[in-house]
Amino acid sequence: MSITYETIARFAQQGGSVYFFLIFLGGCVYAFWPRKQAEFDHAARLPLDEDSSL
Amino acid sequence: MAPPQESCVKLGKSLSTTPSTGRAPAAVGTGGAPVLLLVSVLGALLATVATVLSQDPLFQFQGAIFIIGFVAAAAILVGGLASGGFKQDSSRYSDNVIKAGVIATLFWGAAGMLVGVIIASQLTWPRIFYFPEFGFLNFGRLRPLHTSAVIFAFGGNALIATSFWVVQRTCKAKLFGGMLPWFVFWGYQLFILLAGLGYLVGITQGQEYAEPEWLTDLWLTIVWVCYLLVFLGTIWKRKEPHIYVANWFYLSFIITIAILHIFNNLAMPVSFLNHKSYELWSGVQSAMVQWWYGHNAVGFLLTAGFLGMMYYFIPKRAERPVYSYRLSIVHFWALIFIYIWAGPHHLHYTALPQWTQTLGMTFSIMLWMPSWGGMINGLMTLSGAWDKLRTDPVIRMFVVSLAFYGMSTFEGPVMSIRTVNALSHYTDWGIGHVHSGALGWVGFVSFGSIYCMVPWLWKKDRMYSDRLIEWHFWIATTGILLYITAMWVSGIMEGLMWRAYTPDGFLAYSFIETVAAKHIEYMVRTLGGLMYLSGALIMIYNVIRTVGMPSSVSVNHPADAVPAGLAIAGE
Repeated sequence: MSITYETIARFAQQGGSVYFFLIFLGGCVYAFWPRKQAEFDHAARLPLDEDSSL
Repeated sequence: MAPPQESCVKLGKSLSTTPSTGRAPAAVGTGGAPVLLLVSVLGALLATVATVLSQDPLFQFQGAIFIIGFVAAAAILVGGLASGGFKQDSSRYSDNVIKAGVIATLFWGAAGMLVGVIIASQLTWPRIFYFPEFGFLNFGRLRPLHTSAVIFAFGGNALIATSFWVVQRTCKAKLFGGMLPWFVFWGYQLFILLAGLGYLVGITQGQEYAEPEWLTDLWLTIVWVCYLLVFLGTIWKRKEPHIYVANWFYLSFIITIAILHIFNNLAMPVSFLNHKSYELWSGVQSAMVQWWYGHNAVGFLLTAGFLGMMYYFIPKRAERPVYSYRLSIVHFWALIFIYIWAGPHHLHYTALPQWTQTLGMTFSIMLWMPSWGGMINGLMTLSGAWDKLRTDPVIRMFVVSLAFYGMSTFEGPVMSIRTVNALSHYTDWGIGHVHSGALGWVGFVSFGSIYCMVPWLWKKDRMYSDRLIEWHFWIATTGILLYITAMWVSGIMEGLMWRAYTPDGFLAYSFIETVAAKHIEYMVRTLGGLMYLSGALIMIYNVIRTVGMPSSVSVNHPADAVPAGLAIAGE
């Protein structure tokens, strides 16, 4: 089987959709992971830290 | 993970030609200044040779700007090295480059808005604002000068300055790269001059928001890669384990703009001594790459970058944590995965395949979710601090900014629907939409952030006058409302006039009739722009007076600075 435009297009279109969707799903799983609560609570307050010196 | 904190100093040493002086005291090294000096001298030599050899006056014009820039940089570097002015203090954040960025933001903002008022006047009164003896001041040359000045010079400098502030504070690390952030700053200003003066003399490749020609594009690429290095390097040596969400937004903005810029500007110069080039793409491919670039300049520069600003300065000013940090993560990934597909909605009813147009339209509609999710997250961060809306004009600016963000990100998807686009495309409705996003969202979130940063950077208790911030807020808000309502009316009117037919099937109106019909709306638009510019000038005056204030905590406030009832509680 030779590699045609259709082969590459199918790979890019269908494979790309699945690939991007899985990465996005990974991001959501990370965001809603229960044990991350403490880290996110800390992160949400990061801008409020004292910032005058290093 | 994070390398030792002296890495910045080490880099300065390894880049410099001065001998190493052992373990790091507080202030050592030259931050790579000798390397920059070498680059400046070589750059000046190369620019001189190219300018002399070229037969093209426009190329020579650009060459002269490069020579002046490199020679000035070399002179400053020699002076600084001789006086030992580039010592790197590893115990302090790099704030001077941010101060320079704030000044540049305000300067280019006023300049770009002034050009906007001039071209709005030219459209309204073409007889009195036409300058036949100064041909380079015609609308065609000034219009890209206005768009580039406000998007890239004002917006770009605001993003670079605030990103340098935010990444240092949230990573608890000094900027990476010694003198490299200064190269990014001045290199970016040189890009602005090359692009802006180039438009005036007629150097353009005629692609919206991507007008600069190949030589300017190459220079921006170098500067932008250095910006990415500074930002990534600072994250790399962070002492805070978690990478704060604002940094994700800034980083996606920097990386995506680099990719968009490179792919939309792949071109072959006529010769390496000529200003003109021809791009790799042609026909519909060229149009698609251009609007893939164009819409993501909106999505990543004017949206993602400024969302980074929002996620730091709104919590900071309101003294409240981010409403939902989990939502901010989903917001980020949803926004960047969806925005990148929305470009084809600029090419409805063109040679672009129908399915591609529909794809662009569908993804534009999907953008409602992350856009409004982000807006709600920003607004709800004020829960428990809503009283500040009454007392703090800066908080009010942020809230109005988010309101305009919500409104323009609702309007945009509506306009991307093919049948709505049939009415709205090429009309003033598009101009109004862009300005509700640019003046309302981008402008106000930048003004608010600068009002926060100026007292922090120059070590003052507060801004010189809250009453002047109030004036800025109300004049600018009224100006935006005048601007966008005028453009809605004129846009829908001209859209309807363009598609009106007589019973015999002829077009009902000639083009010039549709132009003449908009005269009153154009007057209102000019007034709105003038008011917005006036607000920015009030801000510049306020910033200058703030910088001149005494720095100590118990300053004797100017009598008019904090009128009764306007004083910010607890500040």
